[in-house]
Amino acid sequence: MSTPYQPRPYEPSDVQRERIAYRRRQTIRSVLLSALSTLVVGIALAYAVTGSPGWERVKSSFFDPEIAREYLPDILQGLWLNIRLLVVCTLAALLLGLLIAVLRTLRGAVFFPVRALATGYTYAFRGLPLIIVLYVFTFGVPGLRLQGMPSVLVLGGAALVIVYGAYLAEVFRAGIESVHPSQLAAARSLGLTYRQTMRHVVLPQAVRRVTPPLLNDVVALQKDVGLVSLAGPIDAVRAAQIATAQDANFTPYIVAGVLFVLLALPLIGITDWVTLRAARRQSAGS
Amino acid sequence: MLLSCQNVRKTFGTNLVLDDLSLEVDEHEVVALIGASGSGKSTLLRCVNLLTGIDDGVIRLDGEDITDPRADPDLVRRRIGMVFQSYNLFPHMTVLRNVTLAPDKVHKRAAAEIRDQAMEWLSRVGLADKADSYPDRLSGGQQQRVAIVRALVNNPRLLLLDEVTSALDPELVGEVLTMIRGLKDDGMTMVLATHEMGFARQVADRVVFLDGGRIIEAGPPSQVLGDPVEPRTRQFLARIIEAGRL
Repeated sequence: MSTPYQPRPYEPSDVQRERIAYRRRQTIRSVLLSALSTLVVGIALAYAVTGSPGWERVKSSFFDPEIAREYLPDILQGLWLNIRLLVVCTLAALLLGLLIAVLRTLRGAVFFPVRALATGYTYAFRGLPLIIVLYVFTFGVPGLRLQGMPSVLVLGGAALVIVYGAYLAEVFRAGIESVHPSQLAAARSLGLTYRQTMRHVVLPQAVRRVTPPLLNDVVALQKDVGLVSLAGPIDAVRAAQIATAQDANFTPYIVAGVLFVLLALPLIGITDWVTLRAARRQSAGS
Repeated sequence: MLLSCQNVRKTFGTNLVLDDLSLEVDEHEVVALIGASGSGKSTLLRCVNLLTGIDDGVIRLDGEDITDPRADPDLVRRRIGMVFQSYNLFPHMTVLRNVTLAPDKVHKRAAAEIRDQAMEWLSRVGLADKADSYPDRLSGGQQQRVAIVRALVNNPRLLLLDEVTSALDPELVGEVLTMIRGLKDDGMTMVLATHEMGFARQVADRVVFLDGGRIIEAGPPSQVLGDPVEPRTRQFLARIIEAGRL
């Protein structure tokens, strides 16, 4: 018998129509304004740079397409080292950071030395400049002349992992501490052990929450992996430096810089996307 | 006797929360703890579930001293279910996973059997269609019913309910209380801290009035709520009536 619910036909009122028209006019106005101001600023910048007295000289010593083409293969080869080092060091540093963060949460007398070591580690290596750690690892450690000494590249990678592990450990710890104690109480009341509670309840929530800052540190690491070249291995920046010395032209640096930005873009994009998604989830949850 | 608390004392710093408190609960009995905020109701439940230690006294479950430092708290908690005021569902897990986590990881039961039991419980409380939803898609009343199911699938000997309706909108309280009434009919032993006097009257075999960490008065609901002997109980109930909650 019952007829399906039919909403009454809706026609915007005069007031509402007038408001819609007003908002449309405003939107068009602001789009035009922003286009105009962008144009003005762009022209002014271009004029200031190209119209400067030294522009011709700078152009030939920083933006020489010939030289860029000549040294691109060398720089790309160096960049390949950066990429490999980045992937390995990121994974190792994330694992180390997570491990240290979990060790720092352990309670109980037995774990005191573990806890103290983990805490001391994060304090020391967040304070130490990366370059000093790199020098100690790549120049100091081989000096021990131990058997089976790994290559300078591996030692440099280890230095990066140890320094970044300390930062990432603190990010993970912040995530762990951000999980509300009531979640622990609920998990323990179900009979889950401390370990199970960490594994199934605390860590999944913590990692999700700190993914944006973690990725941010990975972007920073991407730039710092190049520092291993201080100890010998040739990365993109070092390759550019060698090329610059050969021709007394700085173009290779610009090439390397552009490549680094291109390399960072996807990672930065992912970071933004994850951050946005986390924010959306949180607002949906409240 | 299933649960027995003898001369339990609990302090937070200089604050005496449970003062020489003794309480016994028989199997299949439902005991309602009433009293003002800070009277020790929630603390008593947390002590029974060993979420917080006690400073003196003995708590026994099935005759076993669970407050003995040599007892394994994880083994004790497996036999006790607890439901919290703010539900405390795990937000990163679906409703079904929230319910099956403990039977799977703690009780190591077969996956199919756990699933069947969980779905049976969820259907019984009208939430079968929410099994694959995440908690943030559920209303407070639905979340609280899931939290109760999560405690029940472990087949606990004793269920502790800590002001399970206090965070709910008034029109959602009924669905949770109906569920608890059903559990009483099943014979579940329950200790519940509550501000719902009407509900305590309906569902409890015994009402215990706490004040300052002590039991002031205990007895059948009709007596404690209808004809209290102690002046402090009367005072408390008068304030409740004034607030329109009885």
